[in-house]
Amino acid sequence: MEVKTIAGAQLNVSDDGYLEDMSQWNEEIAREIAEEIGIELTDKHFEVLQYLREKTEAGEALTIRKVGKSGIVDIKELYKLFPKGPLKFSSKIAGIPKPTSCV
Amino acid sequence: METQETIKKTDIKEKKPLEKVCIICAKGSLEDVYATLVMANGAVMEGIETNVFFTFFGLDGITKKSMNHLHTATTGNPAMRMPGGLPFPTMLGGLPGVETAVSSMMRKQMEALDMPPVDEFLEMITAGGGTIYACKLAIDMFKLEKKDLSDEVDSIITIGEFYELCDGDRTQIIFT
Repeated sequence: MEVKTIAGAQLNVSDDGYLEDMSQWNEEIAREIAEEIGIELTDKHFEVLQYLREKTEAGEALTIRKVGKSGIVDIKELYKLFPKGPLKFSSKIAGIPKPTSCV
Repeated sequence: METQETIKKTDIKEKKPLEKVCIICAKGSLEDVYATLVMANGAVMEGIETNVFFTFFGLDGITKKSMNHLHTATTGNPAMRMPGGLPFPTMLGGLPGVETAVSSMMRKQMEALDMPPVDEFLEMITAGGGTIYACKLAIDMFKLEKKDLSDEVDSIITIGEFYELCDGDRTQIIFT
């Protein structure tokens, strides 16, 4: 675990850069993490991020299949929003822990 | 002092992440095909370029009429257990209908873990940019045609063409 300054806030992050405490998250932090990955966030991105955060709060394990059936995006669109890391990058930007699912 | 310098230099290992995987599926049981699909989808999700090559009995995994009804072997499978963990008698596995029942039970358990049926799994792989191929020799041998295969199959290729797809020094060929 290390401390990182993101969007002016001192945050605890894992070795891979995932926020340790998802309640410290805000849209500014999301934008800065996304920029580091190389993604510019749109409203559609935020809809997905919100969905991921809600499901994580409810204690559900996330898979791209679940996101694909959320009604927000299909899997193809999800890959377009978060290229090369549909679940990994989206989770990181959403301030939730690194995904543990294999699908 | 000099030795210390040498140690330092050898300690520095540049990380070389995988850039491409080429996965071969040659067997058609439920677990063999799913091993291929999970590895392929996992690679696509990691941003790794992914080619999947189905050959011999593995073709069942991309043939429309068989792909969603794959079986797991209930005879000759020493890892097979009864619900509760007791050994599964081989004689029982040979009875008509047992393999079908066990296989459908396994599919249900996988569904509970959000593992999709084969047709949907193939769609997930191609949605992320993975490419699926069928082996020409095996297609000819089993007298199949392109129209018998899932729409997610890109094309029917020879083994030579498959090797051409495997170029690059950060490429791995995986035989499941």
